[in-house]
This record gives sequence, structure tokens and C-alpha cells, in this order.
Amino acid sequence: MSEFFVVVEHRQGQVRDITYEMLAKADELARNLSSRLTAVVLGGGGETFVDALKGWADRVVSFRDPRLAAFNSELYQAVLLQVLKEDRPFVTLIGHTPWGMDLASALSIRSGRPLATDCVDIAVEGESPRVIRQIYSGKLLSRVSLAQSEGYLMTVRPGAFSPEPEHERKGQVEERKIPSDLPEPRVYSEGFFDTSAGEVDITQSDLLVSVGRGVGDGENVSAIKELAEALGGTMACSRPVVDKHWLPKFYQVGTSGKTVKPKVYLALGISGAFQHLAGISGAGTVIAVNKDRKAPIFRAADYGVVEDLFRIADALKEQVSGQQS
Amino acid sequence: MNIVVCVKRVPMTQEVDLEIDEGASDIRRDGLAYVINDWDSYAIEEAIRLKESLGGTVTALTVGSEGDEEVLRRSLAMGADRAFRIDPEDLVLDPFVLSGVLAGVIRDLDHDLVLTGVQADDDNYGAVGTMLAERLGLAHAAVVTAIEPSGGEAKIRVELEGGMDEILRIRLPALLSIQTGINEPRYVSIMGIRKAKKKELNVIKASEIGLAEGSLSPQAVVEEVFLPPEAEGAEMLEGDPSAIADRIIRILKEKGLEV
Repeated sequence: MSEFFVVVEHRQGQVRDITYEMLAKADELARNLSSRLTAVVLGGGGETFVDALKGWADRVVSFRDPRLAAFNSELYQAVLLQVLKEDRPFVTLIGHTPWGMDLASALSIRSGRPLATDCVDIAVEGESPRVIRQIYSGKLLSRVSLAQSEGYLMTVRPGAFSPEPEHERKGQVEERKIPSDLPEPRVYSEGFFDTSAGEVDITQSDLLVSVGRGVGDGENVSAIKELAEALGGTMACSRPVVDKHWLPKFYQVGTSGKTVKPKVYLALGISGAFQHLAGISGAGTVIAVNKDRKAPIFRAADYGVVEDLFRIADALKEQVSGQQS
Repeated sequence: MNIVVCVKRVPMTQEVDLEIDEGASDIRRDGLAYVINDWDSYAIEEAIRLKESLGGTVTALTVGSEGDEEVLRRSLAMGADRAFRIDPEDLVLDPFVLSGVLAGVIRDLDHDLVLTGVQADDDNYGAVGTMLAERLGLAHAAVVTAIEPSGGEAKIRVELEGGMDEILRIRLPALLSIQTGINEPRYVSIMGIRKAKKKELNVIKASEIGLAEGSLSPQAVVEEVFLPPEAEGAEMLEGDPSAIADRIIRILKEKGLEV
């Protein structure tokens, strides 16, 4: 029977959203093939969410051991290798997250199972899975098939699938023993650190004037700050601006920064990489200004302007000061 | 500390209209400009900084054709000591094959640390680094934003989501995939690149590496490349900047903002 497995990603006692998105998609795929859906959880034993996962899968395979209390790629890999050997699932889904990427690629080589990463859609035709992936930073899509194998691994793009399955399932929890030969890990977690705190909390503003790579230089950032203030909003930015040290991290919007829900998000010179779009999916209205008419941001925005952002910024400042006089 | 860095040359696709080639299996490359993969430039810079503070050597590797040597020259100009270009010949390179080719060469090089970028700007797979680590039997971590070696270990930071970092200790030798923003890559002048021509750049053919049969076929095969469907997308505002500014301010007011 072709089985679908989903590796549950969790952190500090909470199941990550990507897990539910994968379970919902796997529910659809499994139903189409009349096959079984299994969630696999590795944890230290104190996790309270294991039982709740029963509504999401036919089976929740649970490994509890103090050594698994924190995510560790080598240990997860060793346990999942055993799962792949014993259960031989058809498709195993892992989140395309920093932890997931570190795990899935290594597991692929170790297990010999072909891997497709960052999948935004998955289909099974006959015995063969096919995935859709974004390439060239989202400007194009590719359809990828995997070499014939008894099982396949896929990492799934967070946010690609809805976390609402069409069916509730009634699974059972199956406790399993970890392999007796778990390796001594060569990586040790020393804890977490929140880098996003800072003088300004951009999540509190109704209007964000957000700038991207198009700002061109650190010197130009002050012009954007002035614009934000003139409009009564707060400045924000995309990742490249922080990478280049033009603004501190607490201004950053996106997957590795902040998620924001302002009434209006004015995106200036931002291309619209998916990691950025993930941070504004709850924004009321998105207005995008970019010189590149093919910038992916225009697919996600409500209003678009193909223009040099500084010309628009200057015109906006003029209008506002014109209003005041 | 001996560091090996894998770098890739990729087409520059910002502000460029991409067209699909006749076979619908890739983009049309004529007329495109090429650059070093953004992540890799941070990786090379990090390697050079570690060498500057701890001593040792930095070796840059790429898998590609003669045109790809550009990124090796750049790496040498930034401070790498030597470089290797591996010519893939007939191999179809997906992350599985590519990691096998790289492992075949790196195995014979002294390496305390192997650095790759998190992913490449073109295919965005994000898999080669970690696959390579597994093939070489190295401890590994992905999406690294800080590295502090200390004895036979390194203290590193991994970037998780939402601004959360994880602090880790990792035993060396290790492979780390490097995230953008870890440092500020140094500027390289044309003069610098010219001077770098004096440094060692060796070419190895993939067929000379002695790769196992099983490593030579891709596991992920691109069947088709296509444009995203034309979604409704944005309502485009036309006119001169002041007309557009006027419209934007009206939209802000409509949405309840005081301007």
C-alpha cells in the first residue's frame, strides 16, 4: 500500500504551522490513492500535542526519548532511517524550513530516497510523484519528477498548502522504540535567541512604508524614513536591506523577520520573494512600486506601479506638504 | 584552519525578463549577465575572514564550464589561495549528482570546514550543501549566520523563522551552509581580479574523479519550465508620478489612514 508519512516539526512544545499544511495536503493525496496517512513525531516525551494529532492522520508514530527533546538533525536522521526501512512509505513530507532542509537532504543521501525540495505542489500519476517548484526566485515554475525508487522524500514550502484538510481522521498513537544504535551527535543545541527585538515595533503600525533592494544604497534610506513620517506611517524593509546592513533587523518583514498586518503596506523597490510575501499575507492593502514590471510582487499586490521608487517617493512628499500648506 | 568553499555562477535575473527556451527545460540564456551566486559570495567572504584571523588556506571550487571560472577568479581576488574548476562533461547536474562530484574532489583536500551557500539563485534547491556533508561524513548545519571556531569545534548561529536564531556547537570538520547577511562581502576591483590570475586555478574533469556508477544519474529531473499562471494580480496605476502619488494618497485615505 502506498503510504504517506509526514514528519512533525515542533519547537518548544508547539507544532509548527507547516506540519498542519503538510498533513492537509497529504490527506488529499492519500485519499486519492486510498492509502494510509501517518504522522511521525520525535520528542523528549513531554509533548502534549501528540494526542491531538490523531485527528490529522490514520496513525501517529511517536518516538519518545530524552535525547530527542530538542531537534537534532543526526538523531532525527537515524530514527527516520529506521522508519523508512521498516515502513517503506511511498512519500515522506518534511517542512522546507532550516531544520527540515538540514534533515531531508542528509536523509536522502543516507536512505537512497530521491528528494525534491521546496515543493509548492505535489501530484501522483500512477506510481510516480511529480512536484512543482519555483525557480529563479519565483519568476518561473518547474515541474520535476523523481528517479524511480521505492520511496520519495519531499520538502514542502511553508504556506504553499492550506492547513485545513477536507477530512478529519481518527488515528491511533503507536509508540515506538528508538534505534539502539543512535549515534552520539556532533551538534549540540545551546538554546534560542530572539534577534527581532528593537527600538521600533513595526507590527504595531497601520501603515508601513517598506523598502527593498531598489533603495540602492544605505544613504537613501533616510529619504524613505522621511516619507514614512510624512505619511504618518512607519518604515520597514525586506531582507536584502538588512543583509547589506542598511537597516537593523527589527525593520525586516518576512519569514525570517516579522509578520505584519497593517491596513496598508507600501512596498518600494521590493521584488516580492516568497519569504517576503509570507510576512505580508495578512496585510490589508498592498501597493507595490518597482522598476521591474515582471517583479513577482505585482502578483501579490492590490495596486502596482512600474516606476522608479524615488520619483514616487518625491511626488508623495510633495503632495503631502502641498496638502498641509 | 583549511576551508573549502563551493561557489556557483548564476544568471542575473533581477529586473530581467526571463524567456523559456525551445525545449521548455530552462530559460534562454543568450544575453544574460552572470554573477556569483549571492549566498556563495557571503560564504567566500566568511572563509577569508576566518583565514585572516586563524590562518590556514581557502580553496574555492566550482562545477562548470570555462565561463564559470569567473566566480573562481573573483574568489581568488577576494583572498582564496587556490581554486578548482570541475568540468562536468556529460553529467546532468541535479543536487544529487553535483554533491557527488564535489565530494569526489573535496575528499582529497584538507578540510576543517566546508562552506556552501544555503541555496543557488537559479534553481533554489537548497540541498547540495547538506547532501555533500552527508557524502563526506561531516557534521553539518544549514542557514548559518555566525561562526566562531574554538578548538575542535565551532559555535554557530542558525537562522530559524521569525527572527529566532538557534545557538549550536558543532564538531569539526563540519559543513555549514551560509545565509546572506552573515558579513559584508568585500569589494573586488578589476585590478584585483587581474592580479588573481597569478593564483592557482586547476581544472579537473568529472571523468577523472572516479565517481561510483550510482552517483552519476540525477534523482530530480526537470521535465518542464513554465511561467506562473497570470493571476489577477495588481491593478496597475498609470500616469505621471504626481498623478500616481495623488491616487496613492486617496487609497490611503479610503483605507482609513490619516494623511
